[in-house]
Amino acid sequence: MSFIGKDGRARGEPMSDTTFLLIITVVIFLAMYVSAAILFSGKGFAKPQMFFNLLNENAALIIISCGLSIVMIAGGIDISVGGMTALISVACVVHLNDMEGSGFLTSLLLALGIGLAFGLLQGYLVAYLDIQPFIVTLAGMFFARGQAAMIETQTRTVANESFSALAQARIRLPIGSMNNNGVFVQAYMELGVIIALVTVAALFVTLRWTTFGRSLYAVGGNKQSALMLGINVKRTKFLSHVLCGLLTGLGGFVFLLHVRSGAVTHAAGYEMDAIAASIIGGTMLTGGVGNIFGTFIGVLTKGAIGNIVRAMGLVGSWWPGITLAAMLCFFLILQSVITSRKRA
Amino acid sequence: MGAGILLTMRGVSKSFPGVRALKGVDFTLREGEIHALMGENGAGKSTLIKVLTGVYSKDAGEIRLAGHPRALNVRSPREAQDLGISTVYQEIGLCPNLTVAENMFMGRSKSPFLNWREINGKTARILGELGIPAKPERQLANCSLAVRQMVAIARAVDMNCRALILDEPTSSLDESEVEGLFALMGDLRARGVGIVFVTHFLDQVYRVCDRITVLRNGDLVGEYPLAELPRLALIEKMMGKELQELSGVHAEARDYGGLTPVVEVEGLRSDQGIAPFDFRNYPGEVTGFTGLLGSGRSECVRAIFGADKVTGGRVRVKGKAARITKPLEAMRLGMAYLPEDRARDGIVSDLSVRDNIILALQVMKGFFRPFTRKKATELAEGFIGLLSVKAASLDTPVGTLSGGNQQKVILARWLLTKPDYLILDEPTRGIDVGTKTEIQKLIVRLAAEGMGVTFISSEIEEMLRTCSRLIVLRDRKVVGTVSGSELTQDNVMRTIAEGSASPAGAAPPDGSAA
Repeated sequence: MSFIGKDGRARGEPMSDTTFLLIITVVIFLAMYVSAAILFSGKGFAKPQMFFNLLNENAALIIISCGLSIVMIAGGIDISVGGMTALISVACVVHLNDMEGSGFLTSLLLALGIGLAFGLLQGYLVAYLDIQPFIVTLAGMFFARGQAAMIETQTRTVANESFSALAQARIRLPIGSMNNNGVFVQAYMELGVIIALVTVAALFVTLRWTTFGRSLYAVGGNKQSALMLGINVKRTKFLSHVLCGLLTGLGGFVFLLHVRSGAVTHAAGYEMDAIAASIIGGTMLTGGVGNIFGTFIGVLTKGAIGNIVRAMGLVGSWWPGITLAAMLCFFLILQSVITSRKRA
Repeated sequence: MGAGILLTMRGVSKSFPGVRALKGVDFTLREGEIHALMGENGAGKSTLIKVLTGVYSKDAGEIRLAGHPRALNVRSPREAQDLGISTVYQEIGLCPNLTVAENMFMGRSKSPFLNWREINGKTARILGELGIPAKPERQLANCSLAVRQMVAIARAVDMNCRALILDEPTSSLDESEVEGLFALMGDLRARGVGIVFVTHFLDQVYRVCDRITVLRNGDLVGEYPLAELPRLALIEKMMGKELQELSGVHAEARDYGGLTPVVEVEGLRSDQGIAPFDFRNYPGEVTGFTGLLGSGRSECVRAIFGADKVTGGRVRVKGKAARITKPLEAMRLGMAYLPEDRARDGIVSDLSVRDNIILALQVMKGFFRPFTRKKATELAEGFIGLLSVKAASLDTPVGTLSGGNQQKVILARWLLTKPDYLILDEPTRGIDVGTKTEIQKLIVRLAAEGMGVTFISSEIEEMLRTCSRLIVLRDRKVVGTVSGSELTQDNVMRTIAEGSASPAGAAPPDGSAA
């Protein structure tokens, strides 16, 4: 795996926590997906489209989870992202349907604007007024859903040509599979997946090769030490929330591209899904450890669990949740073992 | 500024509400010297360092640095670093989740991008030059404490530091790690760096330092070349001798031959790094653990009480073998412990006086059998009277009382459990003189009633007055025992300095006194 060890880690050196947790995540995901593809090949698991549907379904969550991982690496938390996504979907639908001259570009700007506003305000409260991030973003969560309901209580479908054209864009891939009639069908991705993949790549580079990215780790690892090392701790925390807000804005736009409707009840539980995906991806709740690529895999793992459980014939809506819970427990125990090893 | 002088502090004063932490202190650091800053608890060492590094602002005085025409006004640790004054703190100040190289260069570059190859290369070179056994790519958490400390020093050196302050750098290192650190310090001295070395370990001071500055109670006692200040003189200067020869007041040494010790330990040690020690306390006897701050006084009694993790040794309580792994077991065996840090380990400041007093007894009885309010009031009132606690009522939250009264409340809590053996760790710190005397009298009275008491205090004359036998510690090791007619300040200090066991002592062999 070429993305690990680019920092030139010498042979025989103990692994860093970030690398260790990332490897476990990737191995688990691959083992899970490959065994499902073998066991349930009759149910379409071996088909490439099954995998790309996983991406299509989860593109928005991938982007939002990346934002959350960044906040968590810096030692914070943001539980307002689900509410923000709902608010963005509602605001954008109203904007697209009811306003003259609106199009996908203006709705993208609106989505980013809402995300940025939340990020700036929440970041200011957390970093400069030193208020618990959980409390600040809890307020943000309630505010966002409330604001969405103030704008529109009904579920509305997007009726805007430029936006719909974009939403229906399909990127055909050179791989595919035979359908029941023996016709070759190309696999496809939605536009949102491209956005998500570019975001993941850009953030991966940011976290590893920029001063800001490493400052996030330093602040999350030990605030006091980061200060002594000459890092602007407050600004770093502030920027982590701003970035998370912006990413939620982008994620909200991708969400709308996929569902093409706005509703107060949209994206319910997204904040928890994003936290779960981050943790499965190797981000530690205590901060300082995490990896964007891991978060990406974390979202896919979470999505694949649902598919696999359904393929196993466990139709109850509770099964994916229970499986996910078991997985989270495993990762949290792993993290606490790592932490206690360090303290010893 | 004279030749070779790197840094001078003149007439530096600093007050906190209610305390004058520094009173016109002078300090001079020269190029290429290791300068020990010594003093007991509250002497003002850490305040002086924090003023120098910009953590605190000074109230008066001036700081001058060679090469700067004007007096400095250091406002933040960052500014101090830029001036070439770096501090390596006990708890280090690096990020364990980052690599060694990142810790060396984090926060120093203006570039938005990180060139891993460059910082790894530079780090490898610096580590090699200074002989630090670490790899740049290694995560800091995977390095030993000693290496982490050296990395912090290397960072400071690479930032062109001219004055390096090491605050208790050796307290959690083993002997070979200390050697490595000293070698590094010697290397830096040769390069002309001025090092301020703060430590509690006297042996280490005499091994590496060139000069000693002693502070006491915020005052400068003096600055001495190492050769002109023998160990005993240093201890005298640190402890002060004003109250000397108050002895004779203390309890007479008695013959406890026929009695069974209320507690007896052999080879006891804990995970806090104290050397195995033997100790016994007879009923009616007041013993004390003495030594400089950090010598392991508290660690010894915490091991006896099971407050730290005991890693070896035997304990007998009232003649019966016992295994104490946690404080509750010690309490059930009739022991009580009044901890050193009452704010952290003792007082529950939001609870009322009554609830604080019955707390220990309630724990022993079990939480599912609560005392009635009437019974609790009765118990609490008895002791409030006995100890003359000044509180508005039994319902007053303990946090609102004065330090002395808080201490009495905790004392009442333990006396209520009717212990056979009572440990008082610094019960008189931070309380007024009148209350101090009351507590001392109470200790003697409790002993007269047959209780075994162990008493710890930083003020040696207080211990001489109350105890009939003193166990002397140095560098986490018992170095001697002083008892009976030999209980004088001179003898205690000599024992601390030389580790010479007095004839009556039962000290383990110890040849380390240089």
